[in-house]
Amino acid sequence: MKRSVFATPYLIWMAIFILVPLGIIVYYAMTAAAPDGGVVFTLDNLIKAFDPLYMGILGRSVWLAFIATCVCLLIGYPVALILTSRNFKKGSLLIILFVLPMWMNFLLRTYALINILDNGGVVAQFLGLFGIQNPKLLYNTFAIILGLVYNYLPFMILPIYSAMVKIDHGLIEAAEDLGANSWNVFRRVRFPLSLPGVVSGITMVFMPAVTTFAVSRLLGGSNFMMYGDVIENQFFFMRDWHFGATLSLVMMVLMLVSSFIFRKYQDDDSGGMLW
Amino acid sequence: MVKVKSLFQKGYLGLVLLFLYAPIATLIIFSFNAGKTMGKWSGFSLKWYEQLFQDPSLMSALSTTLTIAVLSALIATVIGTLAAIGIHSMRKRTRSLVETATYIPMLNPDIVTGISLMLLFLFLRVSLGYTTLLLAHITFNIPYVIFSVLPKLRQMPQNLYEAALDLGCKPTRAMWKIIVPQIMPGIVTGAIFALTLSIDDFVVSYFTTQGVSNLSIAIYAMARRGISPKINALSAIIFVSIVTLLLIVNIRANRVQNGKEKKA
Amino acid sequence: MKKFFALLLCLAMACTMLAGCGGTETTATLRIYNWGDYIDDDVLDQFRKDHPEIKVVYDMFDSNEAMLAKLEGGAEYDILFPSDYMIEKLIQEEMLQELDLSRIENLDNIGDSFLNMAFDPGNKYSIPYMWGTVGILYNTTMVDDPVDSWDILWDEKYAGKIVMYDSVRDSMAVALKRLGYSVNTTDDGELQEAAETLQAQKPLVMAYMMDNAKSTMINGGAAMAVVYSGDAIFCMGENEDLAYAVPKEGSNVWVDGVCITKSCTGENLDAAYTFLSYLCDAEVAKANSEYIGYATPNAAALELMDDAVKADPAYNPPQDVLDRCEVYLDLGDKEAVYSRYWEQIKAN
Repeated sequence: MKRSVFATPYLIWMAIFILVPLGIIVYYAMTAAAPDGGVVFTLDNLIKAFDPLYMGILGRSVWLAFIATCVCLLIGYPVALILTSRNFKKGSLLIILFVLPMWMNFLLRTYALINILDNGGVVAQFLGLFGIQNPKLLYNTFAIILGLVYNYLPFMILPIYSAMVKIDHGLIEAAEDLGANSWNVFRRVRFPLSLPGVVSGITMVFMPAVTTFAVSRLLGGSNFMMYGDVIENQFFFMRDWHFGATLSLVMMVLMLVSSFIFRKYQDDDSGGMLW
Repeated sequence: MVKVKSLFQKGYLGLVLLFLYAPIATLIIFSFNAGKTMGKWSGFSLKWYEQLFQDPSLMSALSTTLTIAVLSALIATVIGTLAAIGIHSMRKRTRSLVETATYIPMLNPDIVTGISLMLLFLFLRVSLGYTTLLLAHITFNIPYVIFSVLPKLRQMPQNLYEAALDLGCKPTRAMWKIIVPQIMPGIVTGAIFALTLSIDDFVVSYFTTQGVSNLSIAIYAMARRGISPKINALSAIIFVSIVTLLLIVNIRANRVQNGKEKKA
Repeated sequence: MKKFFALLLCLAMACTMLAGCGGTETTATLRIYNWGDYIDDDVLDQFRKDHPEIKVVYDMFDSNEAMLAKLEGGAEYDILFPSDYMIEKLIQEEMLQELDLSRIENLDNIGDSFLNMAFDPGNKYSIPYMWGTVGILYNTTMVDDPVDSWDILWDEKYAGKIVMYDSVRDSMAVALKRLGYSVNTTDDGELQEAAETLQAQKPLVMAYMMDNAKSTMINGGAAMAVVYSGDAIFCMGENEDLAYAVPKEGSNVWVDGVCITKSCTGENLDAAYTFLSYLCDAEVAKANSEYIGYATPNAAALELMDDAVKADPAYNPPQDVLDRCEVYLDLGDKEAVYSRYWEQIKAN
């Protein structure tokens, strides 16, 4: 039997719970409230969404998400590497330790983070020992990125770990037997095999990070409006669900198109690596 | 040399854990604070723990959160794993389409997911409650499971399955005994993702439930008035419980390991 | 790993048992939608005990807008606790039921100044629940100038230590009042002036906060913040260096009310009136006010309180303060203009 039939339950689920709501979003995006209470088909919202004000905010959100993703990768990759090295046999349980902080309520841990970074907090006191007074650790871009990294780091570590674990140790031994030193073993065996995990991690961090709003509001002191804020604004304060849907749709299309291009590029590459 | 490397490794992990747990330690410490905010330490007190146990609505919210998390993670993992196996075998064009559709819940801001699902439910005349909450959680969990399992499927030697079939294995058995063990890390990762997302979700939950609250809704609703340290106490208890669970499993695994080694 | 999940499942099941179950015959259901932590738990428990025939379903929201979004999506509730401007919106959306005030016992406990307010003339749709002012909470050890005007929030001496409120209405209100205009103005010129002055202030502002301003002020992280009086009272209780003032240019007086929705009928409607009457009882209102820490519009409840509380100007402001405060009214179409300015201020 064709293996692709296994996907059927999901396809049905997807149709109902992803595609229909998507249709609803598109419907809202393409219409606007008519003065008499009904709706009228219009592309005005689409045009408005490309206004420099909103595109600028989207750009900033994408940029911050990008930086946060890079930092997550830099910090998270070694973590996954270490956990799968021979020194750690209990990696599978340890990994839960890296995820556990995310099981504490987001608001609570963000308030705790603010407490730590505050002017009277632990970090400020520690820096004070080195003579650094009044470090500006909160309510700025630094804090937003810190918050994003804090909340998404486990999402980067998990997929990379998953890709690296169960790398056939035979492969590594074979490479070593053939005279490869540690660095080459890493460069030619472990790193390439871990790439699907890296791509996965990047996806799972970058995409949600673009539309984040709570982090920028709390840690950024709401000083910078992020794209997620703008969308939230439309639904709550402007009560213009149509424009909110439009903004969301525009962002979605832009992101999907860029990811499509990225994957096309990556697919060609990785095909060569696995066969 | 090996020792130094090992020390470095442990040190690095320790640093990262320090970063991740600093806020957690803070909030646990403040659960013992006599004062009402995390702004100021006013002395040691256990009163928040007392108040916590006298609050049945919080307990009920906690149970909702846990059961929804476990159930939605379970169901999402099953559907998602099957889906990943199926998607992996699709023609490139179909696969691209399905993957793109699967990105959508991850890409959408929570608000849009929440409101669009709410509109869907109300359009289908399904009243909001525990079931709709569960359905919503499964929906945003599945993509993470799929994208956790897919890489492992790609890593897997592609002709193992065919080889098994050639050797006379029935398809289902081949899948269970051959494919699943290979992709197990991906499945487990996906399940952990699902649990994590479910436990901490607020916005989607807010819009897809009525009459039944989960912990996130209860906590966020308190935000305007200030989050009571009862919640710190609750978080501390959850944290200690999970760590204890881990220790128990760890100790038992050790015993099994030692038992095996002794037998050998 | 499998064992871990299995144990987790057991934990989940155990908690379900803990949450307990029960059930008696009920003739009416009351779906209440309120702010989080906005009613004394004992008060609610007592109501449940006194009325076992009413099934109370209690949901919470974290902002007026979130509540409205849920209602607009189609969710149904019987009793709502919206704020003043939201009550006006709900009236316009025709989501509220006209109240038969004769069915609310103890209504005469409510002070006259809280009846017949601009957002709901004649109290046709709501009765007041909690109220307060908006003002400046400041740290007396960090601020040596007198705090009697909104100007101090624009004072460069305190740059980087000023916290503004993260809502378009509240921040615009501060700017408008400072310029001498109404918080409900629809004049484009006035709005633009207000927006410009807020933009000019932005470099001095440490952050735009809502509830997290409280802990920042308590631990001395900022010199001054725009807060609600109820929060100010809480903060002053935790940190003696803090003080609260309502500037001379005037400010906003806010009122949270209780309403009945149009979808509440029959037996549930009777239950709703029972609940409203219960809330107006002097002892109940006093308990609520003491738990929540906000001022009660219930004059009879106020009578029962300590003299110290009655004399606190933050809790019980004198008439001259109230005279210079305005209630928010719904802005209708102009809201888009307010919001657009806010977006621009925040975007830069």
